Amino acid sequence: MSEIVEQTQLPPSGPEVNVNQEEKTVSPWVDVWRRFRKNKAALFGAVLVSFFILLAILADLIAPYGFKETALENKHLPPSSDHWFGTDEFGRDIFSRVVYGARISLWVGFISVAGSVIVGSSLGIIAGYYGRWVDTIISRLFDILLAFPSILLAIAVVAMLGPSLQNALIAIAIINVPTFGRLVRSKVLTVKEEEYITAAKAIGMKDSRILLHHVLPNSLAPIIVQGTLAIATAIIEAAALGFLGMGAQPPTPEWGKMLADSKDFIMQAPWTVFFPGIAIMLTVLGFNLMGDGLRDALDPRMRN
Amino acid sequence: MKKRLLGMLSFLLVLSMALIGCSSNSSDGGGSKGGGESADGGGTLIYGRGGDSVSLDPAVVTDGESLIIAEQVYETLVNFDKETTDIVPGLAKKWDISEDGLTYTFELEEGIKFHDGTDFNAEAVVKNVERWLTSNDEAKFAYFASQFGGFKGSETAIIKEVKADGDNKVIFTLNKPQAPFLKNLAMSPFAISSPAAIEKYGDKYGENPVGTGPFKFESWKRNDTITLVKNEDYRKDGEPKVDKMIFKVIEDNSSRLNALIKGEVDLIDGLNPSDAEKVKSDKNLQLFERPSLNVGYLGFNVEKEPFNNPKVRQAISHAVNKEALIKNFYEGTAEPAKNPMPPTLNGYNDEVKDYEFDLEKAKKLLAEAGYKDGFKVDLWAMPVPRPYMPNGQKVAEALQADFEKIGVKANIVTMEWATYLEKVQAGESSLFMLGWTGDNGDADNFLYTLLDKDAIGSNNYSRYANEEVHKLLLDAQAETDEAKRAELYKKAQEIIHEDAPWVPLAHSTPLLAGKSTIEGFFPHPTGSQPMGDVSIK
Amino acid sequence: MFAYTIRRLSMLVPVLLGMTLIVFSLIHAIPGSPAQILLGQQASPEAVAALTKEMGLDRPLYIQFVDYLKNLITGDLGESFRTRSPISEEIWPYLAATIELALFAMIIAVIVGVNAGIISAWFQNSWFDYLLMVLALVGVSMPIFWLGLMEQYVFSIKLDLLPTTGRDNIRDPVTAITHLYLLDTLLQGRVDQFFEVIRHLILPGVALATIPMAIIARITRSSMLEVMRSDYIRTARAKGMSMLKVVYKHSLRNAFIPILTIIGLQTGLLLGGAILTETIFGWPGIGNYIYSAIQFRDYPVIQSGILVVAAIFVCINLIVDLLYAAIDPRIKYR
Repeated sequence: MSEIVEQTQLPPSGPEVNVNQEEKTVSPWVDVWRRFRKNKAALFGAVLVSFFILLAILADLIAPYGFKETALENKHLPPSSDHWFGTDEFGRDIFSRVVYGARISLWVGFISVAGSVIVGSSLGIIAGYYGRWVDTIISRLFDILLAFPSILLAIAVVAMLGPSLQNALIAIAIINVPTFGRLVRSKVLTVKEEEYITAAKAIGMKDSRILLHHVLPNSLAPIIVQGTLAIATAIIEAAALGFLGMGAQPPTPEWGKMLADSKDFIMQAPWTVFFPGIAIMLTVLGFNLMGDGLRDALDPRMRN
Repeated sequence: MKKRLLGMLSFLLVLSMALIGCSSNSSDGGGSKGGGESADGGGTLIYGRGGDSVSLDPAVVTDGESLIIAEQVYETLVNFDKETTDIVPGLAKKWDISEDGLTYTFELEEGIKFHDGTDFNAEAVVKNVERWLTSNDEAKFAYFASQFGGFKGSETAIIKEVKADGDNKVIFTLNKPQAPFLKNLAMSPFAISSPAAIEKYGDKYGENPVGTGPFKFESWKRNDTITLVKNEDYRKDGEPKVDKMIFKVIEDNSSRLNALIKGEVDLIDGLNPSDAEKVKSDKNLQLFERPSLNVGYLGFNVEKEPFNNPKVRQAISHAVNKEALIKNFYEGTAEPAKNPMPPTLNGYNDEVKDYEFDLEKAKKLLAEAGYKDGFKVDLWAMPVPRPYMPNGQKVAEALQADFEKIGVKANIVTMEWATYLEKVQAGESSLFMLGWTGDNGDADNFLYTLLDKDAIGSNNYSRYANEEVHKLLLDAQAETDEAKRAELYKKAQEIIHEDAPWVPLAHSTPLLAGKSTIEGFFPHPTGSQPMGDVSIK
Repeated sequence: MFAYTIRRLSMLVPVLLGMTLIVFSLIHAIPGSPAQILLGQQASPEAVAALTKEMGLDRPLYIQFVDYLKNLITGDLGESFRTRSPISEEIWPYLAATIELALFAMIIAVIVGVNAGIISAWFQNSWFDYLLMVLALVGVSMPIFWLGLMEQYVFSIKLDLLPTTGRDNIRDPVTAITHLYLLDTLLQGRVDQFFEVIRHLILPGVALATIPMAIIARITRSSMLEVMRSDYIRTARAKGMSMLKVVYKHSLRNAFIPILTIIGLQTGLLLGGAILTETIFGWPGIGNYIYSAIQFRDYPVIQSGILVVAAIFVCINLIVDLLYAAIDPRIKYR
């Protein structure tokens, strides 16, 4: 049975594939990279993202001070050669805190989006594949979730779970689920209509196998694009929750929380507010540029 | 062609500049005209504050933002003095207390009318008191129940009955003596409303307050402004000095200060301590300090490991650097606390010697208690700024750093304010930060309310129970001789100090700021004050 | 068309019902009793219990939910725990404040965004084009709460040009008629107040407009480019038609549909983004209303507030879809 399946040469995974076995695993990605490389904005985005990833990984080496190293006598020093970004009201080095903050924001971004992708795709697959009432229920659920202004929903979820970075992460993951759910569902629906799937079914191919080998690979490109863009949104949302006091708790150097803590001192020490905000903006910009670039590179038709 | 486009663009740019420019001039004009420059007083006083009132019926609220309005619209039978918590005449011009402390006879001012034109008299007072006393509605008249022991017929009730004797005499009969009885009556929740208005508006009375105070209620835009106008028939000659008062909600502390600097408001409360210097150095502004009637503290749950061991509590007491905390997070606008009540109160024990900041001693005590290597603990920190602790989270962060030095690893925990109170009250936390602002300026309102064993489950969050203290506090409640009461309270503070159910941190001085043209304003220790005698030069 | 409208409308019902259920269960799962918060730290446990009973919070949850639904159907949004007044009466001033802010922001976003996009497309690959596109990219990535703080710092604190908080001059407050202050001041012929209200709108409006403005600029530019390459535009240009006429008449009409979609989507997002902007600028809008209700566990306000916002959001999307269908006959009704 399985032999037959292998021989049927189903149109395989990945975008734009039409060639033989060997090339199909390599060629499309090379092609994507070629197109991505030509896009200057996207490259710049990738550089920004890599920069912040490096900051996060090497934070211990880069940061001149610890993120909770207080020195009350150094309160609110303006930027100088000792403290590049100045100090906050505890006399902590803002540059070091911004560097460590990269860890937190990226972590929240990646993990929450990974969560949304996993849960969203599973629901999307179930909805698309089984159709009928299952589809109706899941799709309505997505509609409902999308109808909420996302930040309000996140606030309500955090209020229920209690304010902490972890709960903020969960809330953000939840509000992004329908995006991926809908995306995967529509892919499943398209794939289901394809003749080769009907054929595969006719010869008795298992559902799980169809899903694994045909639906998922087909959804990969849009998920990567959406995922990159969703990381950008997740980072902003985590910062927003931190800003409202519903995310990271002290002394965690989360950028949004840093903004909230220092906004009372904006008159005396504007640098305490300036730098964390710039960091948020640049990281988000990086992911946005990269996401746009990936979209153009992976599937030119998705361009708007 | 391109030129035309660019021309349009520059036109738009110029237009927007003009809009910003010209109207910023007009606002400057508005700012100065509103402040009431007339030499003979008058004008409008705008008071910026952090939150809106809940209800304008003083009897049903407990929050300061509601009570500050009550202070303007209503009056109480007796008043607190302008600067202290001593009792002075109010709607009652004098009073008699019987030997046994069970009968209070008040003689009322005559010829006063409520804002709705009805007469203020003994009958009106009786109707007000009966409304509270016989309501049996814990939810609605919670403050009454807590200050006067309960409703009519209950075992703990202080007031037995209240009667009018003619038009201007009111007699209160008590079940048992209550030392702070007059101070309780002076609190603004027990202000006298127009009985006719209560009947007329029913459920809506909270939006249509009618009293005898210096200002009449005009309008209320929720979460925004409450407008009061001058009561032309106010009993004190020459008051109120301004024609109109507007209470404006500006939630964020620094925005509120900014509004003051720009002249959008005249007076603000809730000034960040860190902004005090800025206000002092601005010649157009003045700083007001509200005398402290509060205490901020670090509480132990004495029922939980390891804080059931007094040695551990003392060790922690030695590890708190109060001076540094006050310097950095109260910006010096507080004094270190060594007792659970503020020093301005009668009965404060100044002889108690505080646990000094000494990490070595702390370590030694910990070792003696069997925690040589320290321990891990959750430190609960308040999520919201309170008058007694402007920034609980930051204080917690500083405590965390000090505790680490004696091997105590504190993990800061926080949650929403309501949840926080509920869980601390239920005894779920073992180490927490809290505080208290006094209601009536009496020691009983601190020591009995916060540390008596009767208060476990309500405000005794430490769950501290000491029989000796209990007895002292009950004796003090029944004692009417102020000097003897003071002795009892001093004794109680000594025992409490030794047992260390708390680390008292600070008595903070809440800050306010106003324009330099404001005269006659004094922030009362209880948190709000009538402002009939405030004027704008 | 009519049938399509009906179908879309009927789909609204389950969505709104589901939202009600989710909001209801979410907020009842939030720890902390409203009674405790209302009565404050000084309250006795008996008082808290009594108030809980009075508010009907001691009843089983499903009964509370059914009651809430019943009231909703009759148009009763419930009564605020805190103010004890009906939410349907109380909510309009907040909603109006947010609508005014969101509309103002949307107008800025559309005017600036569309024009910037057109100019960019027209001068494709010029320095102006690059600059605008870089700005648009940065704009899309902007944390608006930070932008708001920076605006306040620069324009209000440092330059002292614009007010930081509120909707009007406290010393000369606007007399509310519709609660849309721009309209109210005009109705009363108070031009000075009208400009005062505009001045209060500028900073929060710009903060809120930033993201949609950037997105609209990018979309307009790319759809303009596409349209401008088409034959008939080239013909029009060749025939010597005025540039402005060509651009605005032909190109814009064709580029309108993608722009409309984005506008629709963004207006919905504006309502959500308003909560952050409103907190920073002390704007007495629906975001602030709900946010403070969460802090006070004012269940009815949280429930009805979120529901009203979501309902508006859903309706805007519906209207955009219908417009979409009406404008472009090529689009099939699903």
